[in-house]
Amino acid sequence: MPLSDPNRRQVLRTLLGAGLMATAGGILVAPGQAFAQLPVPRKGGRIRVASVSSSTADTLDPAKASLSTDYVRHYMIYSGLTQYDQQLNAQLALAEEISNSGRTLWTIKLRKGVEFHDGKPLTPADVVYSLLRHKNPATGSKMKTIAEQFEEVRASGPHEIQIRLTSANADLPALLAASHFLIIKDGTSDFRSAIGTGPYKCKEFSPGVRTVGVRNENYWKPGKPYLDEIELIGIADESSRVNALLSGDVHLINAVSPHSTKRIRASSTHAVLETQSGLYSDLIMRQDAAPTNNPDFVLAMKYLLDRELIRKALFRGYAVVANDQPIPPSNRYHLAGLPQRPYDPERARFHLNKAGLLGIRLPVYASPAATGSVDMASLLQEAAAKIGLKLAVNRVPADGYWSRHWMKHPLGFGNWNPRPTADLLFSLVFKSDAPWNVSGWKNPQFDQLLLAARGEADEAKRKQLYGDMQVLVHEKCGVGIPVFISLIDGYDKRIKGYGSIPLGGLMGYSFADNVWLEA
Amino acid sequence: MNTILFLVARRIGVAALTLLLVSAVVFAITSLLPGDAAEEALGQGATPETVAALRVQLGLDQPGHIRYARWLTGLVSGDPGQSLANHLPVSELIASRLPKSMVLAGTTAAVSVPLALLLGILSAMFRGGRVDRIVNLFTLAMVAVPEFLVATLAVLLFAVKLHWLSALSSPPDNPTLAQFLRVYAMPVMTLSFVIVAQMARMTRAALIDQLEQTYVEMAILKGAGPTRVVLRHALPNAIGPIANAIALSLSYLLGGAIIVETIFNYPGIASLMVDAVTSRDMPLLQASAMIFCAVYLSLVLIADVCAIVSNPKLKGH
Repeated sequence: MPLSDPNRRQVLRTLLGAGLMATAGGILVAPGQAFAQLPVPRKGGRIRVASVSSSTADTLDPAKASLSTDYVRHYMIYSGLTQYDQQLNAQLALAEEISNSGRTLWTIKLRKGVEFHDGKPLTPADVVYSLLRHKNPATGSKMKTIAEQFEEVRASGPHEIQIRLTSANADLPALLAASHFLIIKDGTSDFRSAIGTGPYKCKEFSPGVRTVGVRNENYWKPGKPYLDEIELIGIADESSRVNALLSGDVHLINAVSPHSTKRIRASSTHAVLETQSGLYSDLIMRQDAAPTNNPDFVLAMKYLLDRELIRKALFRGYAVVANDQPIPPSNRYHLAGLPQRPYDPERARFHLNKAGLLGIRLPVYASPAATGSVDMASLLQEAAAKIGLKLAVNRVPADGYWSRHWMKHPLGFGNWNPRPTADLLFSLVFKSDAPWNVSGWKNPQFDQLLLAARGEADEAKRKQLYGDMQVLVHEKCGVGIPVFISLIDGYDKRIKGYGSIPLGGLMGYSFADNVWLEA
Repeated sequence: MNTILFLVARRIGVAALTLLLVSAVVFAITSLLPGDAAEEALGQGATPETVAALRVQLGLDQPGHIRYARWLTGLVSGDPGQSLANHLPVSELIASRLPKSMVLAGTTAAVSVPLALLLGILSAMFRGGRVDRIVNLFTLAMVAVPEFLVATLAVLLFAVKLHWLSALSSPPDNPTLAQFLRVYAMPVMTLSFVIVAQMARMTRAALIDQLEQTYVEMAILKGAGPTRVVLRHALPNAIGPIANAIALSLSYLLGGAIIVETIFNYPGIASLMVDAVTSRDMPLLQASAMIFCAVYLSLVLIADVCAIVSNPKLKGH
């Protein structure tokens, strides 16, 4: 399945595989997508962008990226072998052609004439180094578990590398578009400054304060980038961030809360962009602890989630009702035919009764660290009280939640960010031996399906396998997913070329490559 | 003169001892925080294997007393170590933030101290009168309104509505006067709100205390005018408590400026310390805490020296 080199206008439209085009029509398109008709971009100008998180832990090392500001910074400075389009399909970037045999041995031809910001040409050695360093524990990579799949990465020609995987994975091109796998120079170990092949050169980087990128005149995408300079800062406080946008101090912000959208919409010079994403906060029922391992208890809790109320009251409509499985409607493998589980206290009572658990008392852990979970827990508590189940909401601080509470209590909330592929999400969070198998759910049938789907070349069969997995999770897994939470950005209307890439806010963190400033 | 020198030297010795104790307390308390730098850095993505690898890399697998000894010797020899969050030298991180905090604190002090003294002296001179009551009402109201409210209202009015000032205060490297005013107007105003009120009220109280002494009565009987009585006779005796009140208020300007730094996104040292807490970056956290403590101690020391030097009773010797 070799990929040809698409020209620039086609880049956003071409889909990775031949069979994928059919699903494009079924994809929910978020309002305000600006990809369709591209007016002529203007060159020049300087914008300031405020993201939600910035601290002294900010990094220029792609392997260590953990927060939105990091992803934005890295996509600004570095390029990857592939990149995501608005359906999260992989498009060719530094790779000129990708072919595989048996989806295990991948051959990637590198684009010729690409130069790093210091003038050094891109070579296979850089790519090999950038990919293999994730396997070294000392790198501290967020992608270590994923990179374990790389059995071997080697230069196979002057402009070519080969990746041998431990087992077949048809999603490799999509994995390689993740910001962690962006390409750095061979041997880079000092990340005080950054040399990449991306659209902007790193002019200034001070952790927790700002990153300034200036236009890379030598960028490998002809005509791009458009802006002269981008200043990236972090404003943690939501109302300060919105104020900074409305006062004209910044041009673009992410993580706008639903109740601030009114203020932004009221301004004639600003707009809001909703991106329907795969972000969710989930109710975790541990399968290795009583009573949450009782299948009837799990079903009862799932019936007690008032999804419509959560969507409307907690997120003011900026959410999509979910169905206790993690693949969002925007994903091409989403199983639309799965019957929606309703809010049904009577059925919940039936299942609780069957489990012999009516009238028990149980703590449920929630924290501001998991978006909306405190309010969800309160709604759940109220619904449970009506059928005689006493839930005590334990609200714990965000600080330390992931290491101290998450996955550590029989009943608690967690949260998961959008992932580019169904395989990644299932492998990381639902597979029996997954590092973050949040509910401790073990299902051999699911694991088999997952491995089969990963190596499956036939797109229709693959979709069916992923559909079966969604049914299994929906019915049996100890995870309740009430809604998919939309990502909301606010921007100055002079910014053009802006749109949604459902990986995250700020255009899937990669706005830098796409936007220009209208005079 | 020798008595004064001796007093000052003794105070400095006590301050050094206090710093040492504080360092131990800070180290002990920070190690009580749940989680460590390795867990925080990996966040949701932590697995036992990666956490253990990172701990070894960061030296967190060593026992506490060894880490303390290592850190303390480093600190004494002028090297506060490396940040666990981003591997930059702590001194470099602090060097980029401390001057900015100093500028903010200095500007606020330059605005608020004269204003507070003026208000305090005026209301003491006219105590019980209309001026006094207005100043009282005003300062009490300022103390009562939380600074985040002042700051947010100021941003909504001056930045969002009127577009006069910037909602963010990121100071350029070499600001012109206009830029300087634009960046610092709102943070300085917000911080002044809190500390002017405190200092003015303390000044008033200290001064009134002196004005009720018999020597002031004597001065008035001798025919000294009210201004002369206050400035020449009462004020020098009140400098001790006033200087202490000012020192306390100013020490707040470094660490206590966190709310202002957050709302205006000002890159000061208080937010650096909060970052350090969230990322469990102990070397940075401990160094910041030591700086706050050292600044506090030196301010109090200066206040004491002021009190000693200005004391007319000591001058006679």
